[in-house]
Amino acid sequence: MALRRVVYNVTRSPELASGGSLVHAPIVPVQGEAREVHEDVAGEHMLINIGPQHPATHGVLRLVLELDGETVVRCIPHIGYLHSSFEKLGEYRDWNQIVPLTDRMDYLAPLIYNCAYAMAVEKMMGIQVTERCKVVRVMCMELDRIFSHLLWLGTTAIDLGAFTVFLYTFQQRELIYDLHESLTGARITTSSTRIGGMMADLPAGWVEQLSKWMDGFLPVLDEVETLLTNNAIWVGRTQGVGVISAEDAVNFGLSGPNLRASGVDYDVRKDRPYYDYDQYDFVVPVGEHGDIYDRYMCRMEEMRQSIRILRQAIERLPGGPINIDDPRVILPTKTAAMNDMESMIHHFKVVMEGVRAPVGESWFSVESSKGELGMYVVSDGGAKPVRWRVRGPSFINIAALPHMIEGALLSDVIAVNASLDIVLGEIDR
Amino acid sequence: MANGEFKKGLEGLDQGPGPSEAQAPEAPPQAGDLPPHPTVDALREHFGAGVLRHEVVAGDEHIVYIPPERNLEVLGWLKDACRYDFLQDLTAIDYGGGRAIQVVYQLWSIPTKLNLRVKCELPLEALEIDSTYFLWRAADWMEREVYDMFGVVFRGHPDLRRILMPYNYAEGHPLRKDFPLRGRFSRAEQTRRALSMKTEDHYSPQELEIAHVLGQPLPDVIVEGGPGVPNQGTMPGIGIGAG
Repeated sequence: MALRRVVYNVTRSPELASGGSLVHAPIVPVQGEAREVHEDVAGEHMLINIGPQHPATHGVLRLVLELDGETVVRCIPHIGYLHSSFEKLGEYRDWNQIVPLTDRMDYLAPLIYNCAYAMAVEKMMGIQVTERCKVVRVMCMELDRIFSHLLWLGTTAIDLGAFTVFLYTFQQRELIYDLHESLTGARITTSSTRIGGMMADLPAGWVEQLSKWMDGFLPVLDEVETLLTNNAIWVGRTQGVGVISAEDAVNFGLSGPNLRASGVDYDVRKDRPYYDYDQYDFVVPVGEHGDIYDRYMCRMEEMRQSIRILRQAIERLPGGPINIDDPRVILPTKTAAMNDMESMIHHFKVVMEGVRAPVGESWFSVESSKGELGMYVVSDGGAKPVRWRVRGPSFINIAALPHMIEGALLSDVIAVNASLDIVLGEIDR
Repeated sequence: MANGEFKKGLEGLDQGPGPSEAQAPEAPPQAGDLPPHPTVDALREHFGAGVLRHEVVAGDEHIVYIPPERNLEVLGWLKDACRYDFLQDLTAIDYGGGRAIQVVYQLWSIPTKLNLRVKCELPLEALEIDSTYFLWRAADWMEREVYDMFGVVFRGHPDLRRILMPYNYAEGHPLRKDFPLRGRFSRAEQTRRALSMKTEDHYSPQELEIAHVLGQPLPDVIVEGGPGVPNQGTMPGIGIGAG
């Protein structure tokens, strides 16, 4: 077996005084003793395992990395540790009962998932929701875009060593949790939509609560930006790291801020406008380098644009009913169901038999916080779907991870993985 | 469902939901009656009989049915000539009752801002179709998911293995209609299998292969140690997390 001489340079170790306190020791390199190590140890590749229980994988993601020194030669991601077979479960539930499954996929932006699902089913059934419902759902979706981006910002910063940002963003997230709670009664698992409308109308004072939060939020966002945008460590760890070109990003099916950071101007809100998004005044930030820093800048600007949309939505929030007037899908009021026999039978039938959808299918997508969220619903005319499929943006985005980190350093793996903004509940479904 | 009987949420837990009762659409609308879609017209012109059917659902969603043996040809043409550069979705539908499984490609063109859905119908006895991995890399994981959930084999996919279920999952393909909600095995059998897992069962054959190539010893000792005994010393680096 071949042996190679290696000389270790060892610095002098600090000494302890008799009382146990540290004596200042000058750092002087000294010539260490020569040791002999096996030749085949040098240049040997090493297989290491990250996750599934590791905070920096943002869930139960497991990465098997083959390393050459510190350079990643190969990356094999493993998913499925959180697989709950939501799509299979959906085939056993009627259309409204699926709503609670949707917010458990992306618990970081639950309202977007609720809305996207309801919108797909409504499109298939040919239902036009009321004007008020449209604006309320736009408010829900933009609020949760900020909600999700704040979590991304806090956890990515903490992965790169900036702890303070995490405290700022989670303080703001708490306030959004309060908004969720007063809107839906739940802080995370909101389940707020129903086919044809919402679970309930906006509670009294909610819009004022939202405006108040927005006024306080923008200064905090500016403050967070002063902590990161020109921070030498942040810039050094993010610029030029995890780069993906525009062609590759499109080919890999990336969407959302990850795609736009590479310079591709594709946003579902602009390209296939739903809910009058074409009438709101906002811009979609587009990056140019496709690295982590550009993804960060895109998300920061998206939060500001979401605030703009929210202000316009408050401005245009019309009165009128939140639910459509359609007895096929909407329950009678509780008062009517308690007092009137016909309404009670109606209530019973809608709840027990479920809403029925005509034969057909629809593939509908919205711009969620993480990218293009597609909902594919297929009906055979019954009260339950034949197939309910979720095109999860995180699932497609994380598939590009090996492409981005092969050839990069081990420490960049954590940064790139964080920058993709994944949520494992939706990847594993 | 059609006869109006009540069905509770978890009915069919152990039997599976049974075949869906939808009738196939009797007379698909003719192309002349449908709103026009530039790509469908171009497809018909270029492939002629290669376009089996053209449907419009939910108002504005165009579906084109193509023969499965020509999927690569048609989709490649759509990508290159019609600039459908973004594969939004790739999935499958099982209607049950022995009907063909549909493989669904949902395409979007960023330059021309057009949507198109392409479907291929695969009979249950021949669940094989060419992979679109080399057209869109986005198909990589989505094809693996369809393989995992429906058992459709994508010819030419470089890394076709299960993705959401464990690689050694033995109960079949969960999203098929004949698959019961709780799995094919009894609870006792599922528990027995979970308890008798060996350490190496937590790693895919691919990783064990890499470990072998790198000269890291395979966990042979486990056989002597009996089932379920975690042995972390034999594979440096990836021995953690098991058990």
